[in-house]
Amino acid sequence: MGITLPDTVYQVLTPEGQVVGEVPHLPPGRMVELYRWMVFGRAFSDRMVALQRQGRMGTFGPLNGQEAASVGIAAPLQAEDWLVGSYREILSYFIKGVPPLAIMEVYRGYVSARYPWEARCLPIQIVLATQVLHAVGLAMAIKYDGKPDVAVGVCGEGATSEGDFNEALNFAGVFKAPAVIVVQNNCWAISVPRSAQTAAGYIAHRGPGFGVPGYIVDGNDVLAMYQVMADCVARARAGEGPSLIEALTYRMGAHTTADDPRKYRPEGEMEEWSKRDPISRFRKFLLDQNMLSEQEDRQMAEEITTEIQGVVEALESRPAQDPNQLFDNVFETATPQLESQRSEMLLRNARTLGKE
Amino acid sequence: MAVITYREAIRQAISEEMERDPKVFIMGEEVGIWGGTYAITKGLMDQFGDKRVRDTPISEAAIVGGATGAALAGLRPIAELMTINFGLVAMDAIVNEAPKYHYMFGGQMTVPLTIRAVGGGGRQLAATHSQTLDVIFAYFPGLKVVLPATPYDAKGLLKAAIRDDNPVLYIEHSLLYPHKGEVPDEDYLVPLGKANVMRQGSDVTIVSYSRMAQISLEAAEALSQEGIEAEIVDLRSLRPLDMETVLDSFRKTFRCVIVEEGWKSYGVGAEISTRIYEEAFDYIDAPIKRVAGAEVPMPYARNLEQLAIPSKDDVIQAVHEVLGIA
Ligand SMILES: Cc1ncc(C[n+]2csc(CCOP(=O)(O)OP(=O)(O)O)c2C)c(N)n1
Repeated sequence: MGITLPDTVYQVLTPEGQVVGEVPHLPPGRMVELYRWMVFGRAFSDRMVALQRQGRMGTFGPLNGQEAASVGIAAPLQAEDWLVGSYREILSYFIKGVPPLAIMEVYRGYVSARYPWEARCLPIQIVLATQVLHAVGLAMAIKYDGKPDVAVGVCGEGATSEGDFNEALNFAGVFKAPAVIVVQNNCWAISVPRSAQTAAGYIAHRGPGFGVPGYIVDGNDVLAMYQVMADCVARARAGEGPSLIEALTYRMGAHTTADDPRKYRPEGEMEEWSKRDPISRFRKFLLDQNMLSEQEDRQMAEEITTEIQGVVEALESRPAQDPNQLFDNVFETATPQLESQRSEMLLRNARTLGKE
Repeated sequence: MAVITYREAIRQAISEEMERDPKVFIMGEEVGIWGGTYAITKGLMDQFGDKRVRDTPISEAAIVGGATGAALAGLRPIAELMTINFGLVAMDAIVNEAPKYHYMFGGQMTVPLTIRAVGGGGRQLAATHSQTLDVIFAYFPGLKVVLPATPYDAKGLLKAAIRDDNPVLYIEHSLLYPHKGEVPDEDYLVPLGKANVMRQGSDVTIVSYSRMAQISLEAAEALSQEGIEAEIVDLRSLRPLDMETVLDSFRKTFRCVIVEEGWKSYGVGAEISTRIYEEAFDYIDAPIKRVAGAEVPMPYARNLEQLAIPSKDDVIQAVHEVLGIA
């Protein structure tokens, strides 16, 4: 029996906030928590862009528009599960336990010692699609060790054109790895639209081609994302193998702070997607259900601003990286060759300083 | 003669060759609508259309492997890799396929393929995106590897690469893009495999290429203030390697410093110095010095990155050492 091609887009809330699917059974407090993460993600992203503009941060890829998918990916995971993503998944990482300061440090060029292993996230990956292989490898190791955990690998739709993505999916299927592979289809890979990456209608269709069930989800609907993700994670945990999820979302910002989407985006597209904004959609639901009040919403936004300000201050109080660290961590234990290069460099530096 | 940038020189070479030969086309990530990550191909899609200037899916192996097939069919593809670092994803196509066809099948077929990529560090792009990988590509017989240091060479070498019947890897340096220099108005080629004496001098030979040739030139200007005249040999090409020009210079100066941005071990300096020991031993007056990048993955922090890349001062100090000036 083959696996059938998915043909419906899973949705719980319409863009207007109407309930059209089964709402996940989550306590109201947990619902508000998901919402808070979404608001936090956007505020963090906006602040990073502002800092970059002021020359206080390196090149950064905003996550605006992808808050629902990012939260839905991470929220159903357990502490022991692994999550491996690209530069676009930092909000998912926060939920998994990576502190925002760690990400700010990375983008400021520091070697961050605050990237806790317990969060079970690999460092954000920039070389496209390689992390999906690593996620599948983590899943294979989980199975090897007989553990009940799951590994999640996330990439963008552009990255699915790489061999690595397809080979990862194939490995996951062949080895029946407890993996969930998620594609954040945000319509754009820098200036290249989704339609120029693949002639197929949906990336999720590639799942069945590899013997892996595929699901298409409204990625701007946090409840839909949460539910599909939770189901796939449960299946993987139960030993039923991997899944592929395609989250349909939209990159509302630039690719990175080095790019200007006005040069290639069709007119009106952004406005169209603004109507499907993931945050306003979920806010409307929470207000309608009396899980959140306007007053609480405003207060939450203020708290988040203060919280992020605190992270920026912690970042900026950090001294510059010590030149001595140049040769640290090339190997698990420094080789004598590297130690001698280190002393040579220190000597040279001392000499140059002496001359000045 | 017009004064243009290195970036403009590359753009002109592509545009003129596409104009001259309808078999030439370019494909790669972001080369069309966006005009290239470093704006090299800006305007080319408007000029030549999307059949000859193609935006591809993000598939480096397919860009180079596909271009190899097209070259075997008689076209003259320019395959652009967004950066040389992503060439690692396409390694098999670059080093194991394109350079082997001609040899393995008795010369029956040629692969007139040009692969363009940008390499080097200095832009705070961290360990996986700032590498100088020239040497590993130059290791493979059958693949020419050229790296321009000036606008003149950027244009002339690229045109020669496109017209060459062998696969050629043409590696640009992102920090050289704004660099300006004189370029002839008429059509010209710079032969692949011929080094260039960038500066005459009689006290020491500095062998370098790509951005480090410019850094060496800056060092030479400073050394000249102290009365030391350095001769600079810009290799321009790592395969074929023009040792004649290096040896001619060395037999005049008896001293040599080799400057490269990549890692020292197994590098260009190792190759050049050994060849000097093999072929000009009697002329050696002082131990040959190598200046190269720190043997670490490129750090992200600006201050550490600057320490990891050879500087003008490093070159000056090495010259002092070979001349016995403490
Ligand atoms: C192997 C590799 N090739 C090319 C790049 C350059 N690059 C960085 S991001 C990007 C676009 C990625 O698009 P997508 O996968 O859709 O993710 P998004 O940025 O939209 O989240 C490209 C081409 C890279 N980082 N790695």
